[in-house]
Amino acid sequence: MTDLADLTIAQASAGLREQEFSAVDLLDAVERRAAITEAHLHAYLTLDREGAREAAEAADIALVDGDLRPLLGIPIALKDNMVTKGVETTASSQILAGWKPPYDGTAVRRLREAGAVIVGKTNLDEFAMGSSTENSAYGPTRNPWNTETVPGGSSGGSAAVVAVGSALGAFGSDTGGSIRQPASLTGIVGAKPTYGLVSRYGLIAFASSLDQIGPLARTVPDAAMLLEAVAGWDRMDATSYHGDVPAISRSLNVGVRGVRIGVVTELVGEGIDPQVLAATRATIDRLSEAGADVVEISLPAIEYALSAYYLIAPAECSANLARFEGVRYGLRVDGATTEEMMARTRAEGFGPEVTRRILLGTYALSAGYYDAFYGQAQRVRTLLRNDFATAYGQVDVLVSPTSPTTAFEIGAKTGDPLTMYLTDICTIATNLAGDPAISVPVGLDDGGLPIGFQIMAPALGEEVMFRVAAEVERLVDFTARPRLATSKVVAP
Amino acid sequence: MTEWEAVIGLETHVELQTNSKMFCGCPVDFGDEPNTAVCPVCLALPGALPVPNREAIEGILSIGDALNCTLTEDSLFYRKNYFYPDLPKNYQISQYTFPLCVDGYLDVDVDGEPTTVGITRVHMEEDTGKSTHVGESGRIHGAEHTLLDFNRAGVPLVEVVTEPDIRSPEQARAYGLELQRIVRTLGVSDARLEEGSMRFDANISVRPVGTEELGTRTEVKNVNSLRSMQRAIAFEITRQIEVLESGGSIHLETRHWDEANGATRSGRTKEESEDYRYFQDPDLLPLHIDDAWRNRVRERRPELPADKRSRYRGLGADERVADLLADAADLGELFESAVAEGADARTAGIWLTGEVVAYLRREETEVGETGLTASSLAGLTEMTAGGDLSATAAKEVLAGVLAGEGDPREVAEARDLLQISDVDAIEAEVAAVLDEHPEALAKLREGDSKPIGFLVGQVMRATGGKADPRMVQDLIRRKTQE
Amino acid sequence: MCLATCYRSNPHTLSAQSTGTITSMPVEIDIERVAHLARIALTDEEMTAYSEQLVHILEHAERVQALPTDEVEPTSHPLPMVNAFRPDEVIPSLDRDDVLAGAPDAEDGYFRVPKILDES
Ligand SMILES: [Mg+2]
Ligand SMILES: [Zn+2]
Repeated sequence: MTDLADLTIAQASAGLREQEFSAVDLLDAVERRAAITEAHLHAYLTLDREGAREAAEAADIALVDGDLRPLLGIPIALKDNMVTKGVETTASSQILAGWKPPYDGTAVRRLREAGAVIVGKTNLDEFAMGSSTENSAYGPTRNPWNTETVPGGSSGGSAAVVAVGSALGAFGSDTGGSIRQPASLTGIVGAKPTYGLVSRYGLIAFASSLDQIGPLARTVPDAAMLLEAVAGWDRMDATSYHGDVPAISRSLNVGVRGVRIGVVTELVGEGIDPQVLAATRATIDRLSEAGADVVEISLPAIEYALSAYYLIAPAECSANLARFEGVRYGLRVDGATTEEMMARTRAEGFGPEVTRRILLGTYALSAGYYDAFYGQAQRVRTLLRNDFATAYGQVDVLVSPTSPTTAFEIGAKTGDPLTMYLTDICTIATNLAGDPAISVPVGLDDGGLPIGFQIMAPALGEEVMFRVAAEVERLVDFTARPRLATSKVVAP
Repeated sequence: MTEWEAVIGLETHVELQTNSKMFCGCPVDFGDEPNTAVCPVCLALPGALPVPNREAIEGILSIGDALNCTLTEDSLFYRKNYFYPDLPKNYQISQYTFPLCVDGYLDVDVDGEPTTVGITRVHMEEDTGKSTHVGESGRIHGAEHTLLDFNRAGVPLVEVVTEPDIRSPEQARAYGLELQRIVRTLGVSDARLEEGSMRFDANISVRPVGTEELGTRTEVKNVNSLRSMQRAIAFEITRQIEVLESGGSIHLETRHWDEANGATRSGRTKEESEDYRYFQDPDLLPLHIDDAWRNRVRERRPELPADKRSRYRGLGADERVADLLADAADLGELFESAVAEGADARTAGIWLTGEVVAYLRREETEVGETGLTASSLAGLTEMTAGGDLSATAAKEVLAGVLAGEGDPREVAEARDLLQISDVDAIEAEVAAVLDEHPEALAKLREGDSKPIGFLVGQVMRATGGKADPRMVQDLIRRKTQE
Repeated sequence: MCLATCYRSNPHTLSAQSTGTITSMPVEIDIERVAHLARIALTDEEMTAYSEQLVHILEHAERVQALPTDEVEPTSHPLPMVNAFRPDEVIPSLDRDDVLAGAPDAEDGYFRVPKILDES
């Protein structure tokens, strides 16, 4: 019989309702899987064994009462920049080592209320700043398809646990591609919702105008189910969308006949790995065979997206991270005066990438440079939004590769920040625009590493986005799993 | 030698008395127990987000409206970035370009000298926590360490910034007093300087009279009463003039008022630490104040102190009296209803701000606790005008009424203070007095009017002071013609 | 009065009166000042290293500065929404023990820090 850790959320949910197995059985399977994979991956920073067990037992009681909540008893993982009451939350930074929050973030609260079983907290690039999960103060996470390579980032831990089944689903945060790019590099589905669709309350801020919480799962329907559990207006987040939540999973089985798909010219040319390009083209052909109208569309301003992003995100983070100074929580390095204590605490508590971005943002905002850098970047953002608006006047969704390459080797890009930044080239534009986008696995390269396909939609266009994603999933039928995704692998 | 002119601008911070804080649900009125009115938002825990308090926005709009400001249609929140341990996020949510209210003015009056003080802007921000410096001095200097209480962090704070239109410490004080009256009238803050719910920073510079260019300013902080603000500004003006006349120069700096020594002492020099890196707060949406909202604010505007003062004058109160009545809510109301019941406004006002205030002070009580009502006050002024009571007697009656001895007539009768208006009775007394003093009568008949005062006095004595002296005089004159 | 002057002279504005194209400037970074503003104690070696990296990144960003953006309004919020408020209601605060549990240093109900330089 199949290992419960290999079930999709939909399958597990059905099995629980049929009482083929219990939520505790499911949790046991997932923890057994973690016991083996963690030695290879280091994807979890914290396993909340007690909390998870209690939640699973509570779920089993509710299941007996015929409780039909879809996520009831489903073991999921949370990126460690999501605030969890009483469970250590570090954002992979030394400066928050040992911090046990006195509150739950809104998404976390909604997941608990949905009956989900929170297995633990996953590794990330410190404060979500990075594209490889190598910037974690607690050591890198490895890619289950090839442990010499990175899982992508910054939600690399959440991507890895879903890929190997040490959780059936997970949540991450996406500021410039931090859900989609790791999903792509680990062969799973990852979605970045419309800005404001999921409350940011309780998400440790990196860049407030770009951050968005989203799901990572093995299948498109699973991702939709996870997103539906957390989406919707929240009084605690002034920027959350105060309107009807799109019917995310309504059209999953409708197909793409008549759907107008635009291929982003700038993202299917140079700078993209040939094998990634080939898989992208193949997928696009499948879609048009399935009845979609495919055209090429140019988004000229996308050329400037990366530069604008690297002015906006650091500027916002320089203020967002000012609260970490050793006064109220987290690390403190003593000093003769408070000023000295703060400066030492921050020097020791922040890793190099975080320090670099804080300095960059502080400079970009400082007297005389505001308009040249931050102000100008915000205007570029408008140009980009205009390009998208024009495009969406002609098509329903835009498509591209998710990542210009498949997983790269650990250490390959840590030397030069800029080359690392370039790995976000395909994903950053939608964060700047506030639009939703999803990555779906569509194949493996010669090295047996996964390739992801990105579908972008206009703000609140989740329904058509998931509709196309589901069709891609059916057409491509990507069933490969990493070698590590089995409970029989022995620890090294 | 040069004559100098002071140029003063004031920045005033007013704490709003809403129920909850500016961006979270913690209470604004908290006890003395430190860190008991704090939450993830006002403590700046990781992941927490601010959501603006609608009532605080209403509050600042009413202030801006009362200060004749334009209420901006589109307004923005900014982050003002600076590290300080009492500022949990290490940035203050404030406003920069596009504050909620701009371009207003406030008319103030120093002994009949009216001045218009321009209001540059009125903007919304949040208060900081409180630091207690532990060490022998109790001051930040020489403190060993500092204790932080974040109960006050996030309390809604309105900043009112004037143009550099103020020219004297007296004007500054008059402005401060009028602003305090206004926010209290609006009911948005108790505006107590001693308790820090109203705080003034004064930007002061001097220049030779007749010159346009502004001198280097200093910013004086830490004044905890209107009186000490006036003193601090006066001191700083003198100091700057002395420095300049002795060939020195003024440095752009913050100076702290030292109440005990009656002097300002140098704080930090400004420049270097002043790169606040303002940028629009991405956690907060733009504010859009539409016409409907602006009109609602205008319609809700209560009668402002200045309008009340002129209305009281219109009713007939003396200028000084009108000002005092407008400041004392309960006396003002009593005044208004007494006048409505026919009281002579001038007399009523004088009594209220004179005898009544003195009585209340002496007895340490409120006018509501006394026997004085609108109708008794009106009755009293009528009795005096009608000649039933002499001015002195009226004051005695007023005291009795205040003491709760009854309405004026009862008191006057009980104390036997009513004047005799019965002519025959007085005529008899007059006749008797004239018989006793034939020589005086003779002098009068010869046209020498000297003795009249003496004779009136005699009659008054005989009647125990209850005769109307005017009537007595007339009767004597008539007798001499016979 | 600073705010008064700032209010008048501030370059960036909400409406389209943006200063438009900014001719790219040679990037010069006073890294010591930046590090002080950011309250990060850096060694001299670190300062040199970071300022080189920053210059490198900012040169890449200059292409953005070269873009003509007259008449272009800055986007600060992806979704065009305004006026998100909360009602003026009191919500229970945190328990002080929970608040101070995570504090690096506390003393009878207060957070405790070393002495503060007189900069306020
Ligand atoms: Mg202020
Ligand atoms: Zn609070």
